[in-house]
Amino acid sequence: MNFKDLFDQFNWDEVKASILNKTKDDVEIALIKSKRNLEDFKALISPAAQPYLEQMAQLSHQITQKRFGKTIQMFAPMYLSNECNNICTYCGFSMEHGIKRKTLSGAEILQEINVIKKLGFDHVLLVTGEANHTVHLDYFLDALKVIKPHFSNVSIEVQPLDEAEYEILQQAGVNAVLVYQETYHKEKYKDYHPKGKKSNFYYRLDTPDRIGKASMHKIGLGVLLGLEDWRTDSFFCALHLEYLQKNYWQTKYSVAFPRIRPAEGVDISNYPIQDKELVQLICAYRLFNEEVEISISTRETETFRNNLITLGSTTMSAGSKTNPGGYCADEQSLAQFEISDERSPGEFEKMINEKGYTAVWKDWDKAF
Amino acid sequence: MKMLTIADKSFSSRLFLGTGKFGSAKQMEEAVLASASELVTVALKRVDLEKETDDLLLHLQHPAVDLLPNTSGVRNAKEAVFAAQLAREALETNWVKLEIHPDPRYLMPDPIETLKATEELAKLGFVILPYIHADPVLCKRLEDAGTAAVMPLGSPIGSNKGLKTIDFLEIIIEQSKVPVIIDAGIGAPSDAALAMELGADAVLVNTAIAIAGNPVAMATAFKLAVQAGRMAYESKLGEKIKFGRATSPLTQFLEDEF
Repeated sequence: MNFKDLFDQFNWDEVKASILNKTKDDVEIALIKSKRNLEDFKALISPAAQPYLEQMAQLSHQITQKRFGKTIQMFAPMYLSNECNNICTYCGFSMEHGIKRKTLSGAEILQEINVIKKLGFDHVLLVTGEANHTVHLDYFLDALKVIKPHFSNVSIEVQPLDEAEYEILQQAGVNAVLVYQETYHKEKYKDYHPKGKKSNFYYRLDTPDRIGKASMHKIGLGVLLGLEDWRTDSFFCALHLEYLQKNYWQTKYSVAFPRIRPAEGVDISNYPIQDKELVQLICAYRLFNEEVEISISTRETETFRNNLITLGSTTMSAGSKTNPGGYCADEQSLAQFEISDERSPGEFEKMINEKGYTAVWKDWDKAF
Repeated sequence: MKMLTIADKSFSSRLFLGTGKFGSAKQMEEAVLASASELVTVALKRVDLEKETDDLLLHLQHPAVDLLPNTSGVRNAKEAVFAAQLAREALETNWVKLEIHPDPRYLMPDPIETLKATEELAKLGFVILPYIHADPVLCKRLEDAGTAAVMPLGSPIGSNKGLKTIDFLEIIIEQSKVPVIIDAGIGAPSDAALAMELGADAVLVNTAIAIAGNPVAMATAFKLAVQAGRMAYESKLGEKIKFGRATSPLTQFLEDEF
């Protein structure tokens, strides 16, 4: 069985209606429970939970501290390529944007590594578009040879691959794979991804299964908030998380909450999610799953990120560049999206410390 | 109070500390000193062995405090043995807290891999302190394999739920030939005191101190609780009366004259 088989038992409109129909009582029951299920998660993301935001935040704060302590894990994204054969109507890398593309060479990767290491990072996330003829398994393996000796932990966010390819990457030292479904709305997914390998909804949907079968240490999930109703999309993402945890129990999980940001040739989202709603969603995830890592990127603003430190987030980037070579090798190349929080990692760490938290730069060892 | 001896070392404090989850390395250091602990565990994965100035280690350089590297993050015996060897080389100690939890969610220790790793590490001359379930049979198997102590959990790690496994802990303490250190789940000084009253040789605490409003004061509270619990144990704590006195004794007839 793959997630597809479970997913196909659900109907988008029915799920949406059941979330909207959750009542004050459902929310109060969800709040007092010590173990919460998917129905509780629905209640906590429902409009009925909005008046309970402060209670949710307090609980999320306590639960997160108990599990993760007063710590924030730091990582840096490193964009290796912005070549892409997909059309994603919301993305700066989308192939119809007639802009010069860039894929970093080994020498350029090394230049980027030097800057990222000097900033203090020891966990790195490698990001690419989807250009299977040039940025493929062999390219990743060559890049890893250059990158692995310098970082304790390496994650990737690249095109979905086959199980055998994930196995090879795991052997080559990849610790985590992030793959966001973007939206779980099958028909809307087709509209947003009209061309390229990415237009295959189910291939993407079953990607975390393939990663799990390849015994990867960590899988990152998420939806791109703004493509469809955030509540319904988030329910499916939570369902996905629960399914994966049962099936691939030796794997760790993280969730991220990317909101659509302005990018080259891109319109703003059709289904915006407000700050208050995003906080509600983050707290609901924490109450639903006490162990999942919650990752917040520099897409969010300074003020918002400062406040999320104590609200449930566990993993954050800082000083990020979202273009290949952005740290030094080719600073002017095309970026995937604009970042909002432009503070340096040092400035960001100072803020974390002022909140009584510590920035963790290393929490893995390449010997493992 | 009696000193605690594990392998070649003696300890006057029966409180061991974990060093994760603190808001700063300085706060961790102050809590360790306030607790008077002489053995603190450090996750190998958190320490930068290539750097000479690792922040965590810099704050743990006190003559009275020994380091106990742990293998947190490994998923099987093979990785654990490798990590222990790495720690021995880098931190110059053959002591290791063996943690093998392939389940990253609840961090449940794997009994099979832990036994395998203990057998192997004992042959390599390590002083092994394995983190395990409160499983009395596993404890005896580990003893046979050459463990220096056993570290059964009181409840799931980081849960602060106290001694949920108390019935099994009592059996382990009763049967053990090696020191029993209750690890994981101790959420309050009263839990630590109870563990000591039961006859545990020591306790290991991390979350309850690290995330307290005042970690330094909480470390002191744990120190006192562990001392009180041990003192009570050594002073022969009175058994709780388990039976009521029946109003119509069943054996009275034996005393009656026929």
